[in-house]
Order: sequence, then structure tokens, then C-alpha cells
Amino acid sequence: MIPPLAQTSIGQPGGSDKCVENNGFCPDWIVDNIDRYWTPLLEHVYLTVLPVTIGFAISLALAILAHRRRWLTGPIITITGIFFAIPSIAAFFLLQPITGLGYTTAMVALVSYTLLIIFRNITTGLRNVPAETRDAALGQGLTERQVLFRVELPLAVPEIMAGLRVASSTTVGLAALALYAGAGGLGAEILRGDDKFFKSNVVVAGGLAVLLAAVLDLLILTVQRWMTPWQRART
Amino acid sequence: MVDQPATSSAEPLEFREATKRYPGSAEPAVDRLSLEVPAGEICVLVGPSGCGKTTAMRMVNRMIDITEGDILLGGRSVRDRRPDELRRNIGYVIQQIGLFPHRTIGENVATVPNLLGWSKARTAERVEELLELIGLPREMRDRFPSQLSGGQRQRVGVARALAVDPPVMLMDEPFGAIDPINRERLQNEFLRLQAELRKTIVFVTHDIDEAIKMGDRIAILQEGGKLAQYAPPAELLMYPASRFVEDFVGSDRALKRLALQRVRDIDLWKAAAIRVGTPTADATAAIAEADVPYAMLVDDERRPRGWLSERAMSGERVTDDLRSPAHPVLELDDVLRDALAKLLSSETRYGAVVDRDGALAGILSLEVIQHFLQAAPAASPTGADLLSE
Repeated sequence: MIPPLAQTSIGQPGGSDKCVENNGFCPDWIVDNIDRYWTPLLEHVYLTVLPVTIGFAISLALAILAHRRRWLTGPIITITGIFFAIPSIAAFFLLQPITGLGYTTAMVALVSYTLLIIFRNITTGLRNVPAETRDAALGQGLTERQVLFRVELPLAVPEIMAGLRVASSTTVGLAALALYAGAGGLGAEILRGDDKFFKSNVVVAGGLAVLLAAVLDLLILTVQRWMTPWQRART
Repeated sequence: MVDQPATSSAEPLEFREATKRYPGSAEPAVDRLSLEVPAGEICVLVGPSGCGKTTAMRMVNRMIDITEGDILLGGRSVRDRRPDELRRNIGYVIQQIGLFPHRTIGENVATVPNLLGWSKARTAERVEELLELIGLPREMRDRFPSQLSGGQRQRVGVARALAVDPPVMLMDEPFGAIDPINRERLQNEFLRLQAELRKTIVFVTHDIDEAIKMGDRIAILQEGGKLAQYAPPAELLMYPASRFVEDFVGSDRALKRLALQRVRDIDLWKAAAIRVGTPTADATAAIAEADVPYAMLVDDERRPRGWLSERAMSGERVTDDLRSPAHPVLELDDVLRDALAKLLSSETRYGAVVDRDGALAGILSLEVIQHFLQAAPAASPTGADLLSE
């Protein structure tokens, strides 16, 4: 069953009729129709930011658990790796009997894709904290919890942020398929319009997805730079 | 160096049959170690790798737990105290320093004050005081560790350990990663600091020369964590308790003893100090009374100019004629080993020793040094004594 692909006509008649008919790249048409993209774009933002945020929270909890109990690392990577390997379209369909059509299905699938990436990066970040830094922290009387939150996690920020950047770019891409879970997004907009792709539409919808990925990437990078002034301090 | 206000009193430290056994290994890493470190002294744990010296040190702040026996700090067992609370009151300096790379120098130094909940104002004041104490410019406070040189980072490591003025400090090869020139400077700086602060310090090194220089007492450990000897440096060099200790301190232990003392510490020979124009008869009489069979020509300020030749004494009065220049000229403050080196590399057997004004104070010869080495040490000099002037 294929959800709401067939949403009637593409173009509104206007000065660029000819261009639209020839399936060309029509700036006039884009200007006239730009309003139709705001809702899908917002859906797409939602379908990206929320899964990455939830995925980050779960991954952080798992990484802290695995930091205390090292033996958990292997099993967690195996399980999240399996999630990661399931083709996203398959996941959207497989989940429908359980979670139905809509955001929940899309969300569960998208969150599960972020876990491996973010978990792995947090774990790497925590492990890369120099042994002497940990030793000095404990030797001065920080408790294990204080060492984690005041020393290890702050020092892992660059790796954690790198993980978030990969996860958010990946999720922007995967969320384009969320239309198969009935969750809308820019993907629904790309596939809108009968059997043939209308070039102008694909360019705008696809371009917005790329732009979204770039903006999120820049945003995370900015936050990272703000959080790690010590990384730029070199003489 | 600034004046340090009277600080909290140091506490004595006692290892009492302290033993560390790791599960699965037959031999203990530290075997019934017993020794007392009086308050305010530096005890150096030294020995070959695998002798358990670092393990012994880390048992004090319970970074490693004691299997049997005990360690008493100010009379209280460390086993009765919560590890984190115990550690906040023990300064901790390690070879790799372990500054927090994401914190500024000021924040690093403030680590323990923050853990203890000091007020912002008190912490800021203390940080400033400590940076001054270690001679770091004020603007360094807001830099990150990566912006400092190795030597500066090591000083910050010491400042951080001193932050809450703990009665005891643990130092694990603190200068081990520093180049030789800066290491010597840091060692001297630290000894001067310690002369003011008078902390009880456990200092780990594998370098016997560093041990001799830094220690008020030295504990030599041998494989299996057994204490081979515990004594002040001069005593250790003079009377090694076993073949192991003798080998470990090295066959040059006589030279090492010389490194512990200055020229002023030994009885110098007297020489006849003669000015130009002195009646030859008086000069001859003076030579007869002196320990050296030659006369030293001096100027009006008694500064040595050279050894008088026979021709200078051939007339009525002594003339300005030298057989050889006054070389080497040694100072009372020279370390004996350096003085010996200068003596050996010069052509004469006698070195003129001068005081701070450059006036002749005596003569150092190989025989004088030899005599000194054969006599038992009257006191027990340590490396720190060399720095106090």
C-alpha cells in the first residue's frame, strides 16, 4: 500500500505554462508555488531534529552504562548495528502493524538509525580521554560521577558532536522516505505529482532537504566551537 | 619567591607493614613496607622498575587499596577515610601532569577548592597567590594547558596540588618528562618552595641522583616491593646496607657525596697570602706555617693573583713574579663535586678558594677532598641544604 502519493496536479497555470509543460526548470513557477513547501519543510525539520535528539539521549544513556560496564559495549554495538542495517523503507513498512501509519512509525525507525552512529562516537570520545587526565582527576578527589561529568564528557564533546553531525545529515536523507510511513516531509513533496517527476518541484524540494542538512550541520558545528574554546587555543 | 603565610602544619606519615597483593600473582607488589616520614620531610621512594615504589605511593591516597597492614596519616589510618575525601587533602602530582585540557590554568588550580565548595572570592585569591608562588605571569591564568610549555605545565601541576594547602603531597616522577636543564631548575625551585612550605612529601623516582638531591630520607626498594634501606642520603652513600644498595647507588657514590656539600663545609688548607713588598723573611716564615709549600700572591683586597716564583723571593722584599696564575679559583659556595672537577682539569694541585668578596679563604687540594671522604659525616647533609643560603 502506497500512501498519499497521488495528490493531484502539479502546476498552477501562469506565465510559465510552457516551461511547466516541457518539464523544465521554471523560476517563475517556483516563485508562485513556494508557499506549498513550508509545511513539508517544517515536517522534515521535525522528522530530523526530534529523532536525533531522542537518539542522542538514548545513546548517551547507553554509552554511560557501557562506560561503567565495558562488556556491554559489544552487545550494544551489535544490536544497534542490526537496526542500522535494516533498509529504512522495510522498517517503515514492518513497523506499521505495530505503530500504525504516521509520525510514530517514522520516529521509531529514524531514532533507531541514529543509535549506532551516536553511541559509537560517544564511546570513542570517552575512551580517548587520556589516562593521566583520569588519574589526576581521581587523585585529586573527584568521584567517578564527577570525573564523568566534569572531565570525560566535556573532553568527548568533539567526537560526540561529530557523531551528531553524521547522524543529522543521515536522518535528513532518511526522513525523505518517511512518506512511506505516512509522515509527510519533503520526500512526500518530491514524489508528489502523478507518475512523472516535475523537475522544478524536485529541485526545490530536494534543494530544501540539502539546505536543511547543511544548516543543521553548521548549527551543530557552531555549538561545538562554542563548547570547546580549549580546542582552538593553540600557540 | 614570595613569602608564604604560615601554613597548615604538615603531618607525619607512617607505613606500617603495608602490603599490596594483586589477585593471581604469588609475590606481593609491596611487601610489608614499614617506614616513618617525619612531618615536613621529603621521603624519596627509589628503585628499579617493578620494585613497587609507585604502588607504595599510591596506597597513601588509596588510588591503590592496601591488602594488609596500614598507612597512618597524622596518626589516622587512611583505611578509615572515604577515598575521595582523603584525596582532596593530599596533594597529587604525576609525571604526565594530567592537567584538564578543557579547563583554563586558573580553573585547573581551583579544582580541589571547587570540590570543597570554597567561595568564588576565596578561590580566586588563592589561585592568584599560587600562580605567584610558582612564578607564572598573571595573564597565564586564563590560558589553556596546551598554550603552556612543559615546564610551566609542571609548575601548574604543583600549584594545583598545593591549592588547599594539604599537609601531605605525593609526587610520582614529577620532573621525569622534563629536559635535563629545566629539570634541574624545577628541582631547585621546588626545594626552595619546600623550604618555606615544609610539607610531608612522598616522592617517587627511578633516578638515584634525583633521590639524593631531593630526599631528606631515601627509601630504596628492590624487586618484590621489599625495603632495602631507609636512610638520609649521606648515610646511604657512606654505609650502603647491602650489595643491592651498593650497586644501585653506583660505584661513584663517593662523588655523589661530594655533590651533597659545598666547599665551605670542609676544612681547607691554609696558604701564605703575601703582598708585593713584604719582607722575604716574613714570607718564608709564613710559608713554613702554612699547609701548602708555596705562597699565594694577593692584592690589597686579599684577592689571589698567582703562586709566587722562587725568583720573587730572591731579594730583600717579595717582587711581582709568578710561577703560575691562581687557577682554578673556587668559591666557598661551589658544590664540592664541581670544585673537584675544576681542580682535576687544571694544571696545579691546589685551588685557591675565595669568599664572596673574592678574598682568599683557603686552599682546596685533592688530599683535602680525600680526607673528607674518609671521615664519617658529622651531620647528614641533603640536597636541600645546598640551596639555603
